[in-house]
Amino acid sequence: MSKHKLVVNGIEHELDVRPDMPLLWVLRDKLKLTGTKYGCGIAQCGACTVHVGGAATRSCVLPVSAVTGPVTTIEGLAQKGDLQPLQAAWIEHDVPQCGYCQSGQIMAAAALLAGNPRPTDKDIDQAMAGNYCRCGTYIRIREAIHAAADNAVGGTRG
Amino acid sequence: MSIAKLSRRSLLKVSAIAGGGFLLEATLPARVLAAEDGLLVESKDLNAYVTIDANGQITIYSSVPEMGQGVKTTLPMIIAEEMGARWEDVRVINAPLDAAKYGMQGAGGSTSIPRNYGTMRRMGASAREMLISAAALVMEVERQELEARDSRVVRRSGESRTFGELATLAAKQPIPDPETLSYKDPRAYTIIGKSVSGVDNLAIATGVGQFGIDVDVPGMKYASYARCPRPGGRALRFNESAIRKLPGITDAFILAPDERAGKTTMAFLDGLAVLHGGVAIVGDDTWSVMDAKNKLEVEWDESEASTDDWAEKVAWGERVAREGSGQVRLDSPAVDAAFADPNNRVIESFYQFPYVAHICMEPMNCTADYRKGRAGAPDSLEIWFGSQFPGQVKDIAKNLFGLEPDQVKVNPLRMGGGFGRRAIHDFATEAMAISHRTGAPVKLTWTRTDDIHNDFFRVGGFENMKGAIDPAGRLAALEQHYIGFQHEGKPVIGSGLRGNELTMVALPNARVKQTMKEIDTACGPWRAPGSNSNAFVEQSFIHELAHLAGRDHLEFLLELLGERRWIKEGDVNALNTGRAIDVIKLAAEKAGWGRTLPSGTGLGLAFYFCHAAHIAEVAEVSVDAKRNFRVNKVTVAVDVGPIINVSGALSQVQGSVIDGLSTMALQQITMKRGAIQQDNFHDYSVMRIGATPVVEVHFIESDNPSTGLGEPALPPLAPAVTNAIFAATGERIRSMPLREAGFTLV
Repeated sequence: MSKHKLVVNGIEHELDVRPDMPLLWVLRDKLKLTGTKYGCGIAQCGACTVHVGGAATRSCVLPVSAVTGPVTTIEGLAQKGDLQPLQAAWIEHDVPQCGYCQSGQIMAAAALLAGNPRPTDKDIDQAMAGNYCRCGTYIRIREAIHAAADNAVGGTRG
Repeated sequence: MSIAKLSRRSLLKVSAIAGGGFLLEATLPARVLAAEDGLLVESKDLNAYVTIDANGQITIYSSVPEMGQGVKTTLPMIIAEEMGARWEDVRVINAPLDAAKYGMQGAGGSTSIPRNYGTMRRMGASAREMLISAAALVMEVERQELEARDSRVVRRSGESRTFGELATLAAKQPIPDPETLSYKDPRAYTIIGKSVSGVDNLAIATGVGQFGIDVDVPGMKYASYARCPRPGGRALRFNESAIRKLPGITDAFILAPDERAGKTTMAFLDGLAVLHGGVAIVGDDTWSVMDAKNKLEVEWDESEASTDDWAEKVAWGERVAREGSGQVRLDSPAVDAAFADPNNRVIESFYQFPYVAHICMEPMNCTADYRKGRAGAPDSLEIWFGSQFPGQVKDIAKNLFGLEPDQVKVNPLRMGGGFGRRAIHDFATEAMAISHRTGAPVKLTWTRTDDIHNDFFRVGGFENMKGAIDPAGRLAALEQHYIGFQHEGKPVIGSGLRGNELTMVALPNARVKQTMKEIDTACGPWRAPGSNSNAFVEQSFIHELAHLAGRDHLEFLLELLGERRWIKEGDVNALNTGRAIDVIKLAAEKAGWGRTLPSGTGLGLAFYFCHAAHIAEVAEVSVDAKRNFRVNKVTVAVDVGPIINVSGALSQVQGSVIDGLSTMALQQITMKRGAIQQDNFHDYSVMRIGATPVVEVHFIESDNPSTGLGEPALPPLAPAVTNAIFAATGERIRSMPLREAGFTLV
């Protein structure tokens, strides 16, 4: 056990946990932030995607001792209670089926839009390639990302 | 709370709730409904609740488990429609598990819509009539002058009262006799037939915990459980002192196997949820118990472990196909003559499909709190989990601990995928046994590897097909030999023909044979059991026959279906060739069947009937010289009667196409000396977003009753794709997954 400082969704935590514990389990079991999901534990499915220092990161393979920047989880994505355009688009386009992978999908999409406000289908395919959806909601994930980009940038897609 | 007097003729009960709202409960006589996939689903006392508070908030309780099929949104839409509610005023919450109030609360076999439609409608209509009765009293007018719409009761003059204003008085009105209820004209619908976003979508998009795996109970410990890599083995000894010394570990012990746990009141589940002997590790967090599980050294007794070997099973299947014996299920005297006739052309093809896993994105998990009774009080058990049939854990608790149903509280939660896997509760059995032994509430979470190794798989198998074409290019005879698997003499779920296949009910001059072999590897329902593999064989082979006859596939398939007829008049679970012909023609027309395509691109057609749904799909596929294949577009025509939630129905079809493609292209489970050879997503993969085709869906809203869409759009996908690959390349694929045949999905 050792002390770790962690900033999650703008709040600083000092935690006494094993240094090898992946960030995923610190979030879920210690901070009770269960929006970030466990899917495979080997960074293959993306259900555990969070932002570390703004970059989409698989929290299931990142030891807490290796976290170097502030962490944002799905719970922290909405700013002051306002839904992000992505979250609103996810609801508007009725993206989820079972819903389990969707927080990881939204976090991956948010990182994409932060660096590329007008992604093409190809950009989306590349950025979202690390996120499985067993229910097969990929069609709507693409639609919702485009819609969120339109809403955030204004106007409609050419 | 007070209970209003029940009309003797009425089956509806009503009671006021605290806060002055009203609550409606429908109770139907017990009945047993045979789900189409061969599962017997006992259904009695079907229920739903409607409450309205003084502010006009309408709460509808959803009693059917939600796993992504959309029932938590779709079923309440039917109630709200008949009530005359505005959807914006409705909130939906999970009903608790309560057999006395709700009867069997389960989801499987794509039966939730047909099983509940009538009840939902009746409850909505009954609520509406009580609101109108209350308004008639308040406004001092005849009921005939009033109608319910937009969450108000409105008089012809324009005067109105809100549902919220009427709620308290409405609760005191007599219950309408269900026989006297009238229903809205579908042309006046404002909710049914529209697109409604899932009621949990806000919670999902903001990460609000709601799945079984998210449960947190005061004093809760975390657990992992190690089973023998060879199914059927049991733990004898393990490095207990070393494990107990690991950080965060509080307990570790062996659980003996227990056959009793598997006994259930639902026939199709019988024998499945046995407790497998293994090693439990309990600790302070999930990581500690998963990490400790990796450090286990266990001595297993493998004397009764499975020896299944998939390569041996394949060799057996090929041999049986060559030998040609088999139990005859259906025969026609013309078959042998047609095959012997030298004027006929005959082909014979051997098809193969693998075991596949469910891989629900949420791995199996369950939280259980076994509390020993103090001072003579009885013991109790509380369970939190996602399950397709949550009530079944009460059977398990009775078997393991002798607990009566009222000593067990079950909290059903949203499932991160089901696909049939969460019909079986071995993981819940483990959680209950671990909590009982360690004396604390425990959350058991399976690793992905546990989830794959301990699945109840879609059974693999083989079919040998033989057909004769006469000189006029017509089908003269067809012989189908299903070569599959049984356990202890009983075909496993999904193995064998179901009885409503084209060969069984619609084709002349058909012979159907079956050979079954014992297997130990566990099998269970997997999205469209039986149909998901037979559709591939049947619809591929019909294409092979059309090609042999030198005829257009569409024209040949329509000829096989023959006259428009309903195989069993009035039974939605029986093939209707008229509905089949309509979806096939529509899919072909919309896909541009017969158009000229670039070299290396082909169209493939398939039709399948299951789960009361008639569905045709046309895939457009491009294949390059390196056998990379891309599914550009899938055109789907669906007849499941009128659509309730358009967005939800479309989602199920889109998802079934993608799931079907992912499975047929990529997935295969194999076993060697009983052990499952695939461990995680690195060697058992799921299709990624880049391979997603365009999916165009056309619904035929026939006047048949609305039926379910969770499963039936999946089976036609595989043969549509392989038929398209044949059209593009001339190469016939008779084995899944396509990856094994050298075709790479891109």
